[in-house]
Parts: sequence; structure tokens; C-alpha cells
Amino acid sequence: MKLVIIKYNAGNIQSVLYALERIGATAVVTDDIGEIAAADKVIFPGVGEASTAMAYLKERNLDRVITGLQQPVLGICLGMQLMCRFSEENHTSCLGIFDEDVKAFTASAASTIKIPQIGWNNIFDLKTPLFKGVNENSYCYFVHGYYAALGAHTIAATEYGIKYSSALHRDNFYGTQFHPEKSAGVGEQILKNFIEL
Amino acid sequence: MLTKRIIPCLDIKDGRTVKGVNFENIRDAGDPVELGALYAAQGADELVFLDITATNERRKTLSELVNKIAHHINIPFTVGGGIASVEDVRVLLQNGADKISVNTSAFKNPGLIKELALEFGSQCVVLAIDTKKEIDGNWYVYLNGGRIKTDRLCFDWAKEAVELGAGEILLTSMNNDGTKQGFALDITRQLSMNLPVPVIASGGAGTMEHFADVFEQSGADAALAASIFHFKEIGIPELKTFLAQKGIAIRL
Repeated sequence: MKLVIIKYNAGNIQSVLYALERIGATAVVTDDIGEIAAADKVIFPGVGEASTAMAYLKERNLDRVITGLQQPVLGICLGMQLMCRFSEENHTSCLGIFDEDVKAFTASAASTIKIPQIGWNNIFDLKTPLFKGVNENSYCYFVHGYYAALGAHTIAATEYGIKYSSALHRDNFYGTQFHPEKSAGVGEQILKNFIEL
Repeated sequence: MLTKRIIPCLDIKDGRTVKGVNFENIRDAGDPVELGALYAAQGADELVFLDITATNERRKTLSELVNKIAHHINIPFTVGGGIASVEDVRVLLQNGADKISVNTSAFKNPGLIKELALEFGSQCVVLAIDTKKEIDGNWYVYLNGGRIKTDRLCFDWAKEAVELGAGEILLTSMNNDGTKQGFALDITRQLSMNLPVPVIASGGAGTMEHFADVFEQSGADAALAASIFHFKEIGIPELKTFLAQKGIAIRL
């Protein structure tokens, strides 16, 4: 099986590669359009800022490549947010794979949350085989200041001030807001599940 | 619910884990990769690796170590010690560090925090502060691993750093560090209640109650300790169970 990690101007790509190695999978990190299109599975990771990342993808035609993929695709963190329709982070039009919009966390009188959310939070209302063998309310590692709202494509929810989508799914596309590559055993199970889809 | 984090800290010298008391009397405490992996397996929520090596080979040794850690450890980790430039940080992040911490270099050049936040995002910029309460009752910033006193108040510096883009504060009380008498609740509380970013309390952990105190009484988002974990005085699983039984949000 050929597993490809999309290379672009976002951080944390090596961590995904190493996490796959730990579960016995090998992947290629590339921005080569042909290689991405020919892969059996594609991972679209990322830590960074939405508008800069989108500009980079468009410049290299990777935006159209990603939306046209037919094989299973897993977006992680910023990768998942870029697969949504729109992000409030510098008012960025994204890939539009998921209908959900990405909004900024805001502190209010009712919830004095710290922003960004950094740390381990639980995921619930789990759907799809991506979460096979993963218990409801398992903890995953999150680092983010923006979130995807709940919607028709939500397959996991998390609460931080409000309830939001911690994972999304449409057709062959999956996305997680948390970092499976940094989420200990739970994250490794989710990565294995993705590889076995 | 977002949980409180337990963070073992590994001080690294020439590639080995060491532990000093009150910033002095260094003792060997094992291989950092093995120890880090063990803590991760036991339920540590994050790790901090602080390099205190002072040789010319430091940069290369550290990036190699970070790469090895990133291959073996499945939880997030922060790397600190002697980081002074955007380039230093780029190398560490490319080798798999999730966050970096800056201390003296950021104090001397606060613009560094802004540069790092713009280049890599606030989420990976941790400001470490070593602070000491003086006879006048105020907490002052100390530099160079606690050897040099400044006239700057800890809270003022933390606030400025957050405004510049620091995404988290790692606060070490020099009065408490190595004493095992508990964390510095007052200064930790002042920072965690008045700053919009998470605060990691460090220095003074001796018992499981001390962790409960720092979460319940000072609002810390995370608590860091070293020797009590290295010398197996407190086990991470038993600590986390204890805190959960106290009703504190903990990942078990």
C-alpha cells in the first residue's frame, strides 16, 4: 500500500511520518501531484495559519488535486480546517469538502477559556470505522485557536466552551481536529483504522 | 473537558538526563529517550526536555536527540535551553519538537518572541521564566538558569511576552524548586488568573497533594516536576488516579 503525506508550508509533518513508522507503516512526504494522485491513502497534516497555507496550496495547484482525490484522505488539525468551506482565520476561503465553517474560539462571561486550547480533551458521539476500537470519551491531544462547528459531517464532538466538531467525514474524506500522531495509544488506533479503511 | 496536564521535565546535559537541587548539585538520572518513553507509557501528558549543555557541539547534539525523541515518543514534547534565534527553532521543529521554550534570550531580545510567533505560530512558543520572591515580597525575573537577577517583575514580563505572542508560560519558582515543599501558589495564581494563555507551574512538587493544591488553588493548567518522577518518589499513574479521585479533570 502506498501512503502519501502531502508536503506543504505547514509544521508538524515529520511527526506524522514518525507516528506512522511507530505503527509499522511507511509513508512518502511529497508535493508531487502525480505521486499524490497515485497513492492508496493520503494524509494532509499541518500546524500553521490558514490563509498562508491556502495561498501555498493554490500556487501549486494542490487545492484542486486534494478536492479531486478519490482514495481515503485524512486531514489533521489545520489540514482538516482547510478541508472546510471557510475559516475565520484571516477570512480564508478553503477547499469546501466539508460544509462546516471554521470559527475562532472566544472567551465569554459564561466560559473563561484560554485560547488556544492546548492539551488533552475527550471525543464523543463517535461515528464511522475511523473510530473502530476507540472508546467514547477517549482523550486526544488538541492545539488550536479555531474550530469547525457541528454539522452534518460531524463524526466526533468535543467541548471547549462550546461543542464543536473534533472529526469530520464526507465520502472518502476524513478530518480530525486533534493530533492522532501525538495522542498516545488512542491516536495510534485511529491512524491504524485510517490505514485499514 | 480539557484536562490538567502532568509534565515530567528532563534536564539534559551532554545527552543524559540530570537533576540538580536549587539549580545546583547535578546528579545523573538516565537516558532521556528511554525515560521519556517510559513516562509517556505511564500516562504523562507532555514532556519537557531542557538542554543545559554548554559546549560548542550543543546545537548538533540537541537536534539529533530531538529527532530520536520524536521517533520514539507518542505524546507532545517541548524543547528548551539556549534557544536564541528563528533558525535554532526551525531546526528543532523540523526534527519533530512540538514546542520550544525560550528564557534568557527572549528577555534580552523580546522581539524574538514576536518573530517566533509569526514564523511558527504562538502554539509552539513557550516562555520559560525563572522567578524568585525577594525580601520586598515581589517576584523578580532571573536569567541564565537562575544565576542573574533582574529588576523586572515576573508578572510584568509574562504579560509583555504574551502580548508579543508567547502561547504558554512555564513558570519556575526558584524559592520552591528542589524543596519538595509545594509549588509557589501565589505567583502561579497571579499569572494563570490574569493571562489568557495556559500556565505550567514548576518547582517544589514533593507530594501528590502539592499537585492537587496547584490545580485547585492557583488555577494552573499544567504542573511540571522532575526529581520526584526520576527517583520514583511519585508514580505518574498513582498521581493521576489521586487527582481524578479529588475531582480534578485528568486524562486516565
